[in-house]
Amino acid sequence: MAGQTLYDKLWQDHLVKSREDGTALIYIDRHLIHEVTSPQAFEGLRLAGRKLWRGDSLVATPDHNVPSEAAERAAGVAGIRDEIARIQVQTLDENCRDFDVVQFGINEPGQGIVHVIGPETGATLPGMTVVCGDSHTSTHGALGALAHGIGTSEVEHVMATQCLIQKKMKNMLVRVDGELGAGVTAKDVVLAIIGKIGTAGGTGYAIEFGGEVMRKLSMEGRMTVCNMAIEAGARAGMVAVDQITLDYVKNKPYAPKGAQWEAAVENWSRLHSDDDAVFDAVVELRGEEIEPQVSWGTSPEMVAPVSALVPNPADESDATRRAGIERALEYMGLKADQKITDIKLDRVFIGSCTNSRIEDLRAAAAVARGRSKADSVKQVLVVPGSQSVKAQAEKEGLHEIFIEAGFEWREPSCSMCLAMNADKLGAGEHCASTSNRNFEGRQGYGGRTHLVSPSMAAAAAIAGTFVDVREFDSQRETA
Amino acid sequence: MKAFTQHKGLAAPMDRANVDTDLIIPKQFLKSIKRTGFGPNLFDELRYLDEGQPGQDCSNRPLNPEFALNYPRYQGASVLLARENFGCGSSREHAPWALDDFGFRAVIAPSFADIFFNNCFKNGLLPIVLDEAVVNQLFDEMYAQEGYALTIDLEKQQIVKPGGESIDFEVDAFRKHCLLNGLDDIGLTLEDADDIRAYEAQRREQAPWLFDAVK
Ligand code: SF4
Repeated sequence: MAGQTLYDKLWQDHLVKSREDGTALIYIDRHLIHEVTSPQAFEGLRLAGRKLWRGDSLVATPDHNVPSEAAERAAGVAGIRDEIARIQVQTLDENCRDFDVVQFGINEPGQGIVHVIGPETGATLPGMTVVCGDSHTSTHGALGALAHGIGTSEVEHVMATQCLIQKKMKNMLVRVDGELGAGVTAKDVVLAIIGKIGTAGGTGYAIEFGGEVMRKLSMEGRMTVCNMAIEAGARAGMVAVDQITLDYVKNKPYAPKGAQWEAAVENWSRLHSDDDAVFDAVVELRGEEIEPQVSWGTSPEMVAPVSALVPNPADESDATRRAGIERALEYMGLKADQKITDIKLDRVFIGSCTNSRIEDLRAAAAVARGRSKADSVKQVLVVPGSQSVKAQAEKEGLHEIFIEAGFEWREPSCSMCLAMNADKLGAGEHCASTSNRNFEGRQGYGGRTHLVSPSMAAAAAIAGTFVDVREFDSQRETA
Repeated sequence: MKAFTQHKGLAAPMDRANVDTDLIIPKQFLKSIKRTGFGPNLFDELRYLDEGQPGQDCSNRPLNPEFALNYPRYQGASVLLARENFGCGSSREHAPWALDDFGFRAVIAPSFADIFFNNCFKNGLLPIVLDEAVVNQLFDEMYAQEGYALTIDLEKQQIVKPGGESIDFEVDAFRKHCLLNGLDDIGLTLEDADDIRAYEAQRREQAPWLFDAVK
């Protein structure tokens, strides 16, 4: 019999029951919730008179709707100016109180973007099944967990039964071998993968990211890659457990300790695909061939190396695709065959569950150090992913580097990733953004998003246009 | 949940690939803590010429005359014809809630994003996958013929065109059963409560750290 993939093992470990109709009940270990997709689920429980199956599996935090601006934030929930947003955050507070769910409240030390606080506290661990009413739950797969986003009805289902009704997905391996060049980051790797397989390339699959490049990436880099599995269509992305994983998890506040730690490590040592495991699809990339990436269109697959030109729809033979490129260029206000490096930026956003961890902020600060944002750039937001990332960055003095460069240092939240709070783009504005979605209107009505890595975003903030961060930084070294 | 058995309704187009959930229902409307009332804001950025705000009366907003769902001929439509990878992006169930609230009962496309596809079934909205060539033909016929209505029979897994010609479609047996009977799947799962408890007990033994409380 062929060996098992990592996904096969995680599935098997959580299989409560296979049913005759081909579906299965999968047990959920950790359920993360936030203010946007949980209220209707709690309401559903109340209406049906149901209880939480295992209340201690839930961890809540408000992130999508909370203000990033320090003054507004200081007054806590009551200080949220947008009334509808305030009601939503209050509703989370009330639900957590009524159902006795642990919450990291708006200004408490553990608060942050749900996908940042899970791994950093040890609330999410290797070998777990993790769900959240949020598609970027795939982030936690970096730990060697089976993690994916669910809709609100499923949130309610997990609350009431601790299980999901699922059909097993197919297995895909994305191998990135070789080595990354200097200045090329995890974000560039995942954008290159999406550019290659397309936004629907992973639909129906669980993707395991492997190969030499993935093995060498830090845990935070792996989280960036797994985070965007959904942008390739896959609900779940994951990376095998190795020493880097164990070193990361050890001593996290809610990680197992002492004898439990030893037992857990033993248990986790099998969380990798067997050598003879068979995947339904394999995609291969070479690390050396990946350049810093910039998205030019309105779908994450519309991405190109920074040295490239904006594509010409005339070169596309498929009619639906050609129309898609034409519509994207029109929305983005770009011309076919123009240089990516000629795109001028109005705003820059460094944050989101993709790129708001300490290594991301260090990378952006390394580029910003001793420099200033271009006058033509109206605003550069730096939004740490959690209270603990914020505290660490301040300890290292990164916030001062940003402030000296004319960037704004904000409070942990989703912020301009989806612009539910006050941080948004104006119509027609171009933004270099470290987030994950460049959909029409995502960062504000009529806004134009370009997805990039933190160092590329910082370089763009300073230059006012996209620049190849590799050349940008070498200029400084020779200067 | 609302049952779906048979439905006959006017077809309308959403003629572009990769329609994402931000496009189906923009984020400012996700601040609501309800499941209903999203219909007036379905495809808000395409449908209106101004920027929509939550809680606003949409009846006086300027409509985009170029957006198909605003054409007189598609008023009252309840079957949406769409292109590949419909519903990609976020997990927001507000997307099917908005389609349902607007009056759609079924969406037909060559492919759907996973989470959206799954969310539809939980809300009595039937997503149907057909070959791209078949979808192309439906688009062509709908454009050519005003009042183009399709009859969808879930029991028979069949779509009947205005001319009487039928198209078969696939649907997962469990989901079909739930939809046909309007079943609440939480109730169904709780019938297996003993299995869940048995799994939990064995798992607690094997990996006790998974049951440690946070905070
Ligand atoms: S940062 Fe963006 S993508 Fe991540 S959870 Fe928040 S809104 Fe969603």
